[in-house]
Amino acid sequence: MDIKAGSRLACPECSVELVVVRPPSSAVVLTCGGVEVVDAAADRPGGGHADVSGDGTLVGKRYADEDSGMEVLCAKPGPGALAADGREVPIKGAKPLPSSD
Amino acid sequence: MNLSLLLEMSASTLEDRRAVTSGTRSLSYAQLDAAARRCAAKFLSMGATGVVYCGTNDASFPIAVFGAAYAGLPFIPLNYRLGDEQLQPLVEANRGAVVIAETAKIPGADPEMVVLRSTLLDASFSTSADIELPPFVDPEDVAIVLYTSGTSGTPKAALLRHRHLTAYVIGTVEFAGAEPDQAALVTVPPYHIAGLANLLSNMYSGRRIVYLESFDAQLWLDTLRNERITQAMVVPTMLARVVQHLDGSPADAPMLATLSYGGARMPLPVLEQALELFVGTGFVNAYGLTETSSTIALLGPEDHDAAFAGDPVAKVRLGSVGKVLPGIEVEVRDEAGNVLPVGEPGLVFLRGEQVSGEYEGGSVVDAEGWFPTKDRGWIDEDEYLFIEGRADDTIIRGGENIAPAEIEDVLRRHEAVVDAAVVGIPDDEWGQQIAAVVVIAPGKSVGVDELHDYCQLHLRSSKTPYRIEFRDELPHTPTGKLLRREVLADLLG
Repeated sequence: MDIKAGSRLACPECSVELVVVRPPSSAVVLTCGGVEVVDAAADRPGGGHADVSGDGTLVGKRYADEDSGMEVLCAKPGPGALAADGREVPIKGAKPLPSSD
Repeated sequence: MNLSLLLEMSASTLEDRRAVTSGTRSLSYAQLDAAARRCAAKFLSMGATGVVYCGTNDASFPIAVFGAAYAGLPFIPLNYRLGDEQLQPLVEANRGAVVIAETAKIPGADPEMVVLRSTLLDASFSTSADIELPPFVDPEDVAIVLYTSGTSGTPKAALLRHRHLTAYVIGTVEFAGAEPDQAALVTVPPYHIAGLANLLSNMYSGRRIVYLESFDAQLWLDTLRNERITQAMVVPTMLARVVQHLDGSPADAPMLATLSYGGARMPLPVLEQALELFVGTGFVNAYGLTETSSTIALLGPEDHDAAFAGDPVAKVRLGSVGKVLPGIEVEVRDEAGNVLPVGEPGLVFLRGEQVSGEYEGGSVVDAEGWFPTKDRGWIDEDEYLFIEGRADDTIIRGGENIAPAEIEDVLRRHEAVVDAAVVGIPDDEWGQQIAAVVVIAPGKSVGVDELHDYCQLHLRSSKTPYRIEFRDELPHTPTGKLLRREVLADLLG
């Protein structure tokens, strides 16, 4: 799966949808609940994940994989958790700023 | 990332929460999203190559912005107050764009492409043609074309790509982080970067925007109270009018958590009075440029509170624009390009993902990604950034660099002065001499000699104006930036 900036990805099995903020520096396999994500416009069987634990993937959170430099934003939440080449992809912390606008 | 995604996410998460209010009309996130998609399809059915917006601030503004984004077209806001002569070349430069306007007669526009602003809110502004919105908008595409206010000359078209604006929003705003009852009062014009950045940030955070089409101090205060506003943004001229209108009585806006200001330099006396009148409100100074997708540095409420409480260091920093945002780098350089140490004033350069630095016709960003702001400033030992003003405005008198703002601040502190402009006038002996134009407060009086002595008391003699004149008012841009070239032309004329 080619992961380019701005492209929309989706989990074939759960409701998770992602947008690529920063592509990986070299090819990486991005999975949700253990299943490789697909282009959001592709066919999505939607059978769900057999084994889910944890928070899943949360809407509006940025997930960044330090090893590959890849960053994605979750546009739709779901129970599956993200992994890049099997590594868990953590939420990128944002420092809250006072509202300037 | 593209702009339409920001609204799409809010619409699917927040649905029926109110997104925008103007007058008695409100739209929910879902309604705004549907209206933007409806207009996007209509724009594409008209064969539009862009969306020009030449109108006031109301609910049709976000529909137009996100409609353009859903259609994958650049959004081009123009100042609706421009005269025909100034408007026509800008409209002609964007031939092929749909023109959203207050009136059907727009100079230079194809009448078939002109759409009345109020029409956007109307469900009948739609197409029956089978139009599919583009599934992928490239983050490299131009999202917004902004004609910069140009205090120094002809307006330039600054280009902001989707990736610049979304980097700013997702880097500084927590998605859906606003409480359901939060509301932002917006009076900055739609053709200014602050108005656009404000729209994107608030929609992404889930905070309702309340638009006022035109600014009036009493109306603004009434709206704060009636709409239970929690956040407001003003330009210095607006805050000055509010302070003057309150005339010493408290603002009585207990819901107002944050009051942010920017767009031009804030006169310290106005800020100090405002801090006194808005009890319990946190003040935020935001500094940024069109070319940097709005805010790149912030001075937050704690800094304002410390200054108000009398902390001497914080008092000095009240004149700064605070610290740069995470992800933004800043350098101060001399004319030869050498990076200057802490405390030394020079030219301010910025770098970061939200920084565009690009105009129609080319980019001014260097090979390492640094954007020359053309502002002069310096950084203190704790990384607070101080902006002295535009480099072009710096007066060079006998080899000494003098920032007009420092002298203007001193003049404005005089009890008889409401506004002041300082410019350099050509001089055979000194290269430039300092001239000041002063506006006197109603009912007050002061003479040239008294002001001269006052300046000499508070400034070095090399910074004391050599010539002082009086005028009834000074020329400003809509956001309150002083038009120094007009002041100079008037003095030399």
